[in-house]
Amino acid sequence: MPAGNAGTVKSAPQYTKYHPRWYRPRVSVYWWLGEWHYLKFILRELSSVFVAICVVETLLLIRALSNGVEAYASFVHTLRNPLVVLLNIISLFFVVFHSVTWFNLAPSAMPVRMGGKRVPDVLVAAPSYGAWLMISAFIAWVVLQ
Amino acid sequence: MNGNRSKEETKPSSEAFFWVLFSAGGVVAALLIPIHLLLLLLAIPLGWVQPPSYDHLMSLLHMPLVRLYLFVLCALPLFHWAHRFRFTLYDGLKVKHLNEIIFVICYGGAVVGTLAAAYLLWRVP
Repeated sequence: MPAGNAGTVKSAPQYTKYHPRWYRPRVSVYWWLGEWHYLKFILRELSSVFVAICVVETLLLIRALSNGVEAYASFVHTLRNPLVVLLNIISLFFVVFHSVTWFNLAPSAMPVRMGGKRVPDVLVAAPSYGAWLMISAFIAWVVLQ
Repeated sequence: MNGNRSKEETKPSSEAFFWVLFSAGGVVAALLIPIHLLLLLLAIPLGWVQPPSYDHLMSLLHMPLVRLYLFVLCALPLFHWAHRFRFTLYDGLKVKHLNEIIFVICYGGAVVGTLAAAYLLWRVP
């Protein structure tokens, strides 16, 4: 069986009980604050929290609609509360950040090749943006007509 | 990659299942959540657009296809959140020792949200 380097290293502890101490420097809990790339990563991951908040608000909206005209009116009134508006505007920033990073990731996750050449990332991501725009326009049309 | 894989690597893992839910939820969230938030939670309540009538929204909510759509819109992004938030807590806060409890809170939350969505959409009058 052709074993790579990784295999050799993995099987090494079978021969000796001596184990050198790992070199593992301690990393601060705030490791992601120092550099923009790390911060961007954490912000991207945190966008999922705002996705979940939007789902919960959508469920509350469905509940209010089911409970009748007054319940819906009072829910809309709650949505006008400045704190809720602030939360929703921050959420909008994060969910759009999620969309953009998600679409931009697709070319790396699924590199498309055509005629032996890799299709430029922009061309792979473009259809996602197109679909995003069209679906959004369609939903707006259905809800607002 | 190939060569000698340990047994743990080759046995089907539940991680793969959660990862599929994560990425499906990521796609749904990326395509649909922004317009829903912008429209239903900001633009309509704040009067940025001519608000649709209650009856129009209810007629939409009565359509089985719309309810199925809303169920997917709620359920998959919750599992997306569960997966991402779990690993954010692991890596960001370095709380690997709380593995099990974080797992239960994240996926438990997603399951509760999914059941709530099913219930709320089922009981629409």
